[in-house]
Amino acid sequence: MFEFPKQWDIPLADWIDRLMDWVLTEFADFFDAIGIILLKVLLSLENFFLWLPWFLVLILVGILAWRAMGRWWYGFIIPGLFFIIGCFGYWDMAMMTLAIVAAAVIISLIIGIPTGIVMARSNLAENLIRPVLDAMQTMPSFVYLIPALMLFGLGKVPAVFATIIYAVPPVIRLTNVGIRGVPESVIEAAEAFGSNPRQILFNVQLPLAFPSIMVGVNQTTMMALAMVVVASMIGARTLGLEVLLAINRIEIGRGFEAGLSIVLLAIIIDRITHGFAVKQQKSYKI
Amino acid sequence: MVKGDYQRIIRHCIKGEEKFMEHKKTEPENSETILRVEDVWKIFGKDTDVRNLLSSDIRNASKEEINKTRCVLGLRNISFNVRRGEFFVIMGLSGSGKSTLIRCLIRLINPSAGKIIVNNEDICAFDKEQLMNFRRYTTAMVFQHFGLLPHYTVLDNVAYGLKVRGMSKEDRYERAREAIETVGLKEWEDYLPSSLSGGMQQRVGMARALAQEPEILLLDEPFSGLDPLIRRQMQDELVDLQVSLQKTMIFVTHDLDEALKFGDRIAIMKDGEIIQLGTPEEIIATPENDYVRDFVQDASPAKVLTSGQIMKEPDLLIHEWQGPQATRHMFRSAKDEFAFFIKRNREFVGIITRNDVRELARKKQGALHDILITDVPVCGPDTIVEELFPLATSSPYPITVIDENKKFMGIIYNHTIIDSMYQDTEVE
Ligand SMILES: Nc1ncnc2c1ncn2[C@@H]1O[C@H](COP(=O)(O)OP(=O)(O)OP(=O)(O)O)[C@@H](O)[C@H]1O
Ligand SMILES: [Mg+2]
Repeated sequence: MFEFPKQWDIPLADWIDRLMDWVLTEFADFFDAIGIILLKVLLSLENFFLWLPWFLVLILVGILAWRAMGRWWYGFIIPGLFFIIGCFGYWDMAMMTLAIVAAAVIISLIIGIPTGIVMARSNLAENLIRPVLDAMQTMPSFVYLIPALMLFGLGKVPAVFATIIYAVPPVIRLTNVGIRGVPESVIEAAEAFGSNPRQILFNVQLPLAFPSIMVGVNQTTMMALAMVVVASMIGARTLGLEVLLAINRIEIGRGFEAGLSIVLLAIIIDRITHGFAVKQQKSYKI
Repeated sequence: MVKGDYQRIIRHCIKGEEKFMEHKKTEPENSETILRVEDVWKIFGKDTDVRNLLSSDIRNASKEEINKTRCVLGLRNISFNVRRGEFFVIMGLSGSGKSTLIRCLIRLINPSAGKIIVNNEDICAFDKEQLMNFRRYTTAMVFQHFGLLPHYTVLDNVAYGLKVRGMSKEDRYERAREAIETVGLKEWEDYLPSSLSGGMQQRVGMARALAQEPEILLLDEPFSGLDPLIRRQMQDELVDLQVSLQKTMIFVTHDLDEALKFGDRIAIMKDGEIIQLGTPEEIIATPENDYVRDFVQDASPAKVLTSGQIMKEPDLLIHEWQGPQATRHMFRSAKDEFAFFIKRNREFVGIITRNDVRELARKKQGALHDILITDVPVCGPDTIVEELFPLATSSPYPITVIDENKKFMGIIYNHTIIDSMYQDTEVE
């Protein structure tokens, strides 16, 4: 009497399963192609990162940190953090993590920036895309592992795929916000001198939105790193996998080392990308 | 008072006219029309609403009536001609539709109805490509809020219009450099606009427009964001430019002085309509209605000038650390009867008179503080001259101008006020 009536049950799970089946059979080739592209990008990045001599990496990170934050001592502190990761014995693991993050971020930007531009230029597009982004950002991250797993099986490719989906919203959002935030008076002046829409986009809107886009890149990168760690659950060999193994075997020390390495990596990436974003903002003074 | 007004205004006109006379003589009386605006309307609102409104009788109702519908009246029934080389001024109070009108001329705002004919072509019928080219080659605009690109250097900003045309880097920089030199910003080429003062930024705006070598130059209140001194200076420069370039200029302002100074003809706008159009003399001599008359009366210098503009440097500034003997000595070489006593941080304290100092110095005891007169009239730099009259007549001492932190800025004698009424504002 007081129980929820059985006949009102909606078999949503069933429907989704059937939809997935249908997608998998109908679009198999399509997803295969995507999988191959993702794998290509990823493997070349991974090979490259692993090939790089460790000291060269430290020097590069040092230069980047110094350029981004404008203080010479960061050129030593930030690579120092990286050095510690190496001392824990996770150098290669960190490099593989970075490769997946880099692949996911690059593809996210390739997808995200144009999407953000479209969104900024049409209110209709904004109204359509915004709720999707909202939904994507409220979803717990491991939810994305399920479709990734179904489409691409276990391994690195689904990890990259899930990471892209999880990490792409900020760069879309902030590209949109950045372009819409360009003062109307500046656009008007550019129009008054006969700029066409393309000239306005490349001469005015994108450069002025750049600081905002850089903030988006920073956020996207941080989210990618977080997701890559989670994605170790579907078999991506990253630092997250170490934590996962440590949990399973109750090896507290090992888990701590791996966890700390992730934190250090996060700090390094965040400080550098954040530094570049702030630098851009300062130089335009808008 | 009224007589003084007229004299000054007429002098204004003559002054402006004189400068133009030179080139006006070289041109035939009725030189060709470059721009013809025919019955232009602008109604803001949804397309369908606007069309309904324009085809009904409400179009002739008052602005308030129209704004009760879902639309806002921007422009109504605007028609005028501009001759080649003419300096055409559009004047009106805030919200009268001046900016809307000047933007319609290059379709930054699309007119709802009417024709805008430039060089015998109706620009309202232009497609996108034609419109771009029209904006690139025929017109250039200067904006009230400058509209500079904050991420471009001064040089790149000035060259922007040429870049849009597709001109090569060398060529456009060469022309931009010339324009920058014309406005006197040579050393600033490589700076970003944010490091320039307002006046300098507007010079960049001017240079950007000049580099285009446009047939028609559009200026939307280019000087109203600038402080008075810079403003006057740039106005004079614009007059010089006009004399040397003989460009067609369409100039928007809400300032009658500016309009009289520049205008070959002035169109006065109210609520989206042109209510009077004529030469400066015509407008001053025969104002069409009360609105215009009020406008003209507002040009009284007592209502326009501020204390900051007419104040003078004092003969004698005494700092708090100076003693009576030193002060007396300084009075010897000064003409003035008063000295102005300030603290170390320039905060104004009071006035010292010549007689008191002489007494004090003779007695050889006491400090300057004993003879300091602190009950003296003061005002801020933005006080309108008219409001100074009661201050000036109520006290035997001159009026001291101080800023919001009580810092000393300058002084105003009664004769300073009277002078300002008769002196032409251009005499520094
Ligand atoms: N996009 C718009 N939508 C609706 N109404 C507008 C729009 N733009 C301007 N208006 C209205 O048109 C009228 C004229 O505005 P406009 O900016 O042309 O005035 P203005 O004479 O240039 O004033 P100001 O001296 O303040 O610049 C105003 O009443 C304004 O509210
Ligand atoms: Mg305006």
